[in-house]
Amino acid sequence: MSEEETTEQSGLEVPGPAEDAGPGDYASTGPGSGAEALRVEGISKRFGPVTALRDINLHVRAGEVLGLIGDNGAGKSTLIKIITGFHRPDSGRILVAGEETQLRSVAHARSLGIETVYQDLALVDELPVYLNFFLSKELTLGPFLRHREMRRRASAALDEVGINIPSVSAEVRALSGGQRQAIAVARAVNTAAKVLLLDEPLAAMGAREGGQILRLIERLRERGDLAIILIAHNYSQVVDVCDRVNLLQHGEITFDRPSAETSVAELLELVHAEYRTA
Amino acid sequence: MAQETPQLVRDEQRGSRTSATRRLGSALLRRRELSIILVTIAAAVYFSAGSYGSDFNTTSNYHIIMQYFAPWAIIAAGESMLLICGEIDLSAGFTYTFVPFVLMSFYNEGLDVPLSLVLALLVAIGIGVVNGLIRTVFNLSSFITTLGMGFFLEGMTYIQSNAEPVNPPLTGGLADFFGGWRWSELVWAVVIVVIMQVALSYTKYGVYAQAAGGNPLSAAESGIKVNVVKVSSFALTSLFAGLIGIVDQVRVGSFDPTSGGSETMFLAVASAVIGGTALLGGSGTVIGALFGALLLAIIQNGFTLTGVNAYAFDVVIGVAVVAAMLLNVFISTLRRKYLR
Repeated sequence: MSEEETTEQSGLEVPGPAEDAGPGDYASTGPGSGAEALRVEGISKRFGPVTALRDINLHVRAGEVLGLIGDNGAGKSTLIKIITGFHRPDSGRILVAGEETQLRSVAHARSLGIETVYQDLALVDELPVYLNFFLSKELTLGPFLRHREMRRRASAALDEVGINIPSVSAEVRALSGGQRQAIAVARAVNTAAKVLLLDEPLAAMGAREGGQILRLIERLRERGDLAIILIAHNYSQVVDVCDRVNLLQHGEITFDRPSAETSVAELLELVHAEYRTA
Repeated sequence: MAQETPQLVRDEQRGSRTSATRRLGSALLRRRELSIILVTIAAAVYFSAGSYGSDFNTTSNYHIIMQYFAPWAIIAAGESMLLICGEIDLSAGFTYTFVPFVLMSFYNEGLDVPLSLVLALLVAIGIGVVNGLIRTVFNLSSFITTLGMGFFLEGMTYIQSNAEPVNPPLTGGLADFFGGWRWSELVWAVVIVVIMQVALSYTKYGVYAQAAGGNPLSAAESGIKVNVVKVSSFALTSLFAGLIGIVDQVRVGSFDPTSGGSETMFLAVASAVIGGTALLGGSGTVIGALFGALLLAIIQNGFTLTGVNAYAFDVVIGVAVVAAMLLNVFISTLRRKYLR
């Protein structure tokens, strides 16, 4: 569904990007006015007869938090998987730090600084926090693990991003949902991450824990060197924490606006309009 | 004031006792093998201090205990790693029986003993790799895969041996090294268990095994090659089973097609479980498995010395395995509650 169709059917006047700019081209100001970390241009993807993504344009700058919202089946997961190198697009191009790149694999995307925190967090409950923090990137001396050094570095890294846990030696299963999410985020940014994708980080989380994660995201934004794409269903939290919002509907980005220029009501109405026409 | 001082002293003593109790409690929760070590020591003290203590505390009796304990402990070292990976090998006892006859086949083909030995151990590794590949490539449960492999190996052993025992071809220093020397099995057991415990606690392999068993999806998303870890663990288990099969039967002086089998496998798995390794994967200890095997060996030997009905040993194992699992669940709950 195009932006015009959505607007017409919802009966709302939805201000779009500047006249000469399409979705994904909105000029960022204030937070996120750093160098462009990631740009996606004209990305399309089909799975057999199903068009998952159609001519997607999206960009995010260092120090910016971009909220990516959309209903189930809108194409968010496909878009994430393309940005993380899991799927290859049928057409279009991806620029990482201004350079056009063919993302060959998840490992390749990671090597370029694109890190993802999935909904399941990729944590192992039975392992202590510090081993989860370094999972598959353990520090070793010859064949042996440097436990003490990993504990020290994990503790310092968690302190740096303001995460408070009782001990890095505690098993992850003993921690709360918010603490687990925070560890997964801290682990992702402890690499040479330039772009961080957070897939539903606030799902199944209470208000207090969700608030802790939002504050963590704000602290990461303040660092100024990290571009964050936040995929979420909670529009209120998206508007609160994101600098800009993109709405994905039926494989197309139909809305690209600074958060300050939109509201939860407007976003909800856009989605409800989609239901009414379904 | 004169009355307050003794009170203070009593309080301090009580505080000191409470602190010591807490430290012990915390250690028991943190070191999952500590509880089985304490139970093993208690069993050893019970039998050595009892009326049959003079029979129990002899070098020859320790040697008998070692004969029970070493095969279970060595196979349990591999089974522990597999259980931590979330897998199990039911064919290990049959690999124990089969590999000595593989050695004999190579030897009978004209190869010298050392080469036959090396090739037989490579075949043992191959059995584990086949188990692992069937498990990971075809996504067949390890229970079914290794059950089938166990029957296959049992049949192959009888075909290979014509159901008759043979004399091992190992002689001299080689025979001493592989079971002939009186304490050879004990040395093998201790060395293998120590190496595997170090691998579990201090190398990437140990972390990856725990991750593969605890949360395979998360492990894979983190970049761990889960299938490689699992296949390696199957290969190690088969290698250990084949090795101790040769060592144990060289000690006896006969490669016997009726030795090993399901009883050896079940006792090795029981040793691992009693030692604190979770059947569902993700956590465990190899040292614990060694003490699990030692506990079972001491009980079996103690029952023999005290004239307890031999069938009672199976009753004890049954109770011990279930009790160990219940204790694991209980300790896990306490760990979640108190070790934050």
